[in-house]
Amino acid sequence: MATAISVRNLHKRYGDVVAVEDVSFDVEVGEIFGLVGPNGAGKTTTIESIEGLRQPDGGTIRVLGLDPQAEGYALRQRIGVQLQEAELPARLKVWEACDLFATFYERSIPWAPLLEEMGLDGKRNTYISKLSGGQKQRLYIVLALISDPDVVFLDELTTGLDPQARRVMWDRVRAIRDQGKTVFLTTHFMEEAEALCDRVTILNEGRIIALDTPDNLVRSLNAETRLVFSVDGPFDPAIVCGLDGVTRVTQTDNQAVVFGRGDRLVSQVVLALENGGHPIRDLRVERPNLDDVFLTLTGKEIRD
Amino acid sequence: MKTLSKLTWVQFKLYIREPMAFFFTLVFPILLLILFGAAFGNEPDPAINPQYGFVDFYVPSLLALIAGTVGLMSVPVKTAAEREYKVLKRYRATPLSPLTFISADVLNNLLVNLSGAVLTVIVGWLVYQLAMPENILTVALALIVAALAFASLGYLIAALAPTTRIAQVVGMVLFFPMLFLSGVSLPREMFPHWMQQLSEFLPMTHAVDLLQGMWFGDSVGSHGVAWLVLLGMAVVSAGLGTRFFRWE
Repeated sequence: MATAISVRNLHKRYGDVVAVEDVSFDVEVGEIFGLVGPNGAGKTTTIESIEGLRQPDGGTIRVLGLDPQAEGYALRQRIGVQLQEAELPARLKVWEACDLFATFYERSIPWAPLLEEMGLDGKRNTYISKLSGGQKQRLYIVLALISDPDVVFLDELTTGLDPQARRVMWDRVRAIRDQGKTVFLTTHFMEEAEALCDRVTILNEGRIIALDTPDNLVRSLNAETRLVFSVDGPFDPAIVCGLDGVTRVTQTDNQAVVFGRGDRLVSQVVLALENGGHPIRDLRVERPNLDDVFLTLTGKEIRD
Repeated sequence: MKTLSKLTWVQFKLYIREPMAFFFTLVFPILLLILFGAAFGNEPDPAINPQYGFVDFYVPSLLALIAGTVGLMSVPVKTAAEREYKVLKRYRATPLSPLTFISADVLNNLLVNLSGAVLTVIVGWLVYQLAMPENILTVALALIVAALAFASLGYLIAALAPTTRIAQVVGMVLFFPMLFLSGVSLPREMFPHWMQQLSEFLPMTHAVDLLQGMWFGDSVGSHGVAWLVLLGMAVVSAGLGTRFFRWE
């Protein structure tokens, strides 16, 4: 696999505050690479250093083989950027924004089909200030794609969107990757990183604490799956305790939690309960996820 | 070149769409002209000047007012807001060069000045038979210098002000004394002597002096103080503005 982005020993401090410390990673061509972590972890500093918008105090960055500081102009021709919290003039119309941004690049693709793909076809003559949060984010993606870039940067793309709009946005990001482009994104939603990214690196207090596929990160925890359900009447934990993969059982009032590992855990437990005459209600399976990875590695919840 | 012309045109449209900017740049000067024109007319008074009437003096001073309005009321707010809402940062993430961006902004300011000036002159001509300038080129040159001087000061205010709100207040604090004291809303001849002397310290007074002089056909070499004040203001403000400019 060819390397799209390479970061080596990136350092950045603001006054006495160290924002990013000794961060190194490679992003491969054609993958969705996620930089995840809580607010203040150094995600935006890292992504904006890679885009060339901030000057690092130390380290080496190459994007498509280019140095973002020394070869910024050449680089900006080949990347598309969506910035966190950056606005466009309120009284600019959607078509004017597209038309204007297209002239900034030596090469651009027709923007009308892009607007259509993003469901903004009917908003051409709308002022940007009249767009909803989701529509604005979609327009910003259109502007990021208008130069047919090789690498697309998305900084907290889905912040402020409702869960449904967020999922639709994920599909749009996957579609960008499926055109062969490399996507580099930041998010503080672990769920989003897990669902969307081919690989993630977890950033905490300016340092990388993990880097792998979401699956591998979760599996590396060797954490237990939890089966949470309600039971009617007395329930003898012994029915499930001896099952293969079950590690322990806890019970409070009429709710029980079975902890365990293995692919057959759920089916075995459900079967044993049925056979033992304990009809179960409200079964919920809680699998370990990236939140647990973060919790395990840092000892704190990501949304502290 | 295509980027420059497109960006200039977009900036112009954005300017016109801002109701306050539209009113104060393109409507307010005409309202002043009609108001004071109705009061004083444009018949030359032999006791003051046998050749030119009130409106003939007043229109060139309104061109100075337009330059001050654009530079002090619009430029600081617009520039500071573009920084505060990270519009500048968004442009910076594209290959758009800073020089092209600034050139488009300056061209837009000149375009707005020109629009305001042309509208005011047309109304003066239609309603009060305004005397047209002897040499349109020297008037244009004076207008450009005045516009650049006030716009540069506006950029400097935006560069120094931490927020849009503060940029707006500073612009207004500088603008309003000039609106009342430099002869653009009330003729300076109505002021007591001490107030006339005080107004010598205001750059807009010199813009009025220069534009009136050029309008009545004085040579470009005359009005040295006014040229010096405005050019000095343009150069110093632009220099300091560049020094303190921030993208975000």
